[in-house]
Amino acid sequence: MSATPAALHEPGLALHVEDLTVAYRDLPALWDIDLDLPPGVMAAIVGPNGAGKSTLVKAVLGLVRPVAGHVRLFGRPYADVRRRIAYVPQRASVDWDFPTTALDVVTMGTYARLGWFRRPGRAERSAARAALAEVGMQDYADRQIGRLSGGQQQRVFLARALVQGADLFLLDEPMAGVDAPTERIIVELLHGLRAAGRTVIVVHHDLQTVTRYFDWLVLLNRRVVAQGPVAATYTAANLRATYGGQVALIDPGEAA
Amino acid sequence: MSGLAALLADHTVRTVAGGAAILGAAAGVVGSFALLRRQSLFGDVLAHAALPGLCLGFIAAGARELPALMAGAAVTGAAAALAVLALVRFTRLKADAAQGIVLSTFFAAGIVLLTFLQTRGAAGQAGLAAFLFGQAAGMLRSDLWLTGGLALAAVGLILAFWKEAKLVAFDPTYAAAAGLPVAAIEIGLTLLVAVAVLVGLQLVGVVLITALIVAPAAAARQWTDRLGPMVALAALIGAAAGLTGGVVSATARGLATGPVIVLAASAAVALSLLAAPRRGLLWQGVAARQARRRLAGERVLATLDALARAHGDPAWPAEQGMLDAAHGAPAAGALGRLRAQGLVRPVAHPPEATPHWQLTAEGSAAAGRLRDARDDRR
Repeated sequence: MSATPAALHEPGLALHVEDLTVAYRDLPALWDIDLDLPPGVMAAIVGPNGAGKSTLVKAVLGLVRPVAGHVRLFGRPYADVRRRIAYVPQRASVDWDFPTTALDVVTMGTYARLGWFRRPGRAERSAARAALAEVGMQDYADRQIGRLSGGQQQRVFLARALVQGADLFLLDEPMAGVDAPTERIIVELLHGLRAAGRTVIVVHHDLQTVTRYFDWLVLLNRRVVAQGPVAATYTAANLRATYGGQVALIDPGEAA
Repeated sequence: MSGLAALLADHTVRTVAGGAAILGAAAGVVGSFALLRRQSLFGDVLAHAALPGLCLGFIAAGARELPALMAGAAVTGAAAALAVLALVRFTRLKADAAQGIVLSTFFAAGIVLLTFLQTRGAAGQAGLAAFLFGQAAGMLRSDLWLTGGLALAAVGLILAFWKEAKLVAFDPTYAAAAGLPVAAIEIGLTLLVAVAVLVGLQLVGVVLITALIVAPAAAARQWTDRLGPMVALAALIGAAAGLTGGVVSATARGLATGPVIVLAASAAVALSLLAAPRRGLLWQGVAARQARRRLAGERVLATLDALARAHGDPAWPAEQGMLDAAHGAPAAGALGRLRAQGLVRPVAHPPEATPHWQLTAEGSAAAGRLRDARDDRR
């Protein structure tokens, strides 16, 4: 709630990260990150376990405090453009036994624009129903979320992001542990968002599908190893630099 | 019933029962959020840590004045909460160990203070020992106003910040990304637990108050899959338990209120865990039995069908011993149920005197449908 909004910095980029360093206790989880993402791309953030992928997402969202550096989204600090950003956390981060329904979870996506003390009404609920229909979950609106399959739960989370009507989507491992039909639905939806001019950033774990799903790639291992259009970035040398020896079985020339 | 009406007409009983019911309702509401945020034990730490504060409040005021006692309890309770946070943050102790250590240390200090005061004769008159297990009979009209006011304020706060509290309880990371002050809301929800503990000290006592916070919420959770109904039901169960305890202990002189309230709330938990639809053990047992029976029936049907097709005779009479062997268990029960549904019928197959069974026309059709369903799954 600053009286004067911060001056625009790199407004032509959907995401601009400069010199970002995050440390847990004394260990740097992210070191000197520089990132530039143009708007309208569908980007994958890829790297080995412990590379700091989720930490990067959380730093972008202001959920962890960096020890150095800054983040801008559409040229502004996150707090100033919150409404334009939709976040999909990891599915395992919540208790699915919570007493709530699929429709109710999606309705939570409207809370931020409702503000304090206002309850969601008919408009919010019908927007939530429409978002559920977009992910093919309209028949499960009143089901308790614990009685949905993993893939269905992930689609509910995605619908909650859709209902926000954001310009930039940040998804943390949305394809982890979901069935093939769900993965197809999610990818089609994300491609639809990109076609509508939105920016999509996905923490992704499956190297095999990178070239098929994404047009932009960030290779991360505590620092940025490489970034740019997939065609130029998805190279054997870059993957080896990111994963070390672990990636020997994958031939990027073949996968591409 | 007229006995109960007469009881409730009594001024003291009305005060006690009303206070206990309001407390129970507030504990149910606040406790629902504590339960969902896995903070159930935190109330126990606060309650036990309140005991030294009660004694210090008594010493400071020089008399049994409820506001002074509550202020003392609030101070030591907060100190204990901070001690737990500090232990978790700065040492390698996990939360449960830190809570156990802090709880027992503060409680021990409280007991030492209490015994010290009792040897001087002062605490006996003040009825400080009653704070261990609660003594509703000592409740005054003025106490009721304080208790009721705090309890209603706690419930009012939860209702006012309902959707924020729900979002923070369900998904704090997303809530923070959406711009909610998650830390402030979490502290607020914890403070409300502290208020419920403080308010409940006089009625239920430091030892058992946590049960009144956890039990109604745990019972209510079994009956519904929605937060609103769960909280409302928890308030109802808490109020009923409070009312029961208040009335019983006000009638039977000297009976501690806390245990009666807690027993009533625990009975609700036991009943809910057993009988609640879908989550209850009985329900699950019945559902599992039905599933077993359905599967057994389908297997017998499939075996009869396979035998009939192997012999090229849809009504081929299979000997019951064959079905038992194929089943690995006596098939008589499943056959009886299938017969009742008109899917199989017993037939004689001389010269053998043993029981034989054949599919009816409906049975063949049902077996065919099972075959199709199985092929679809492949």
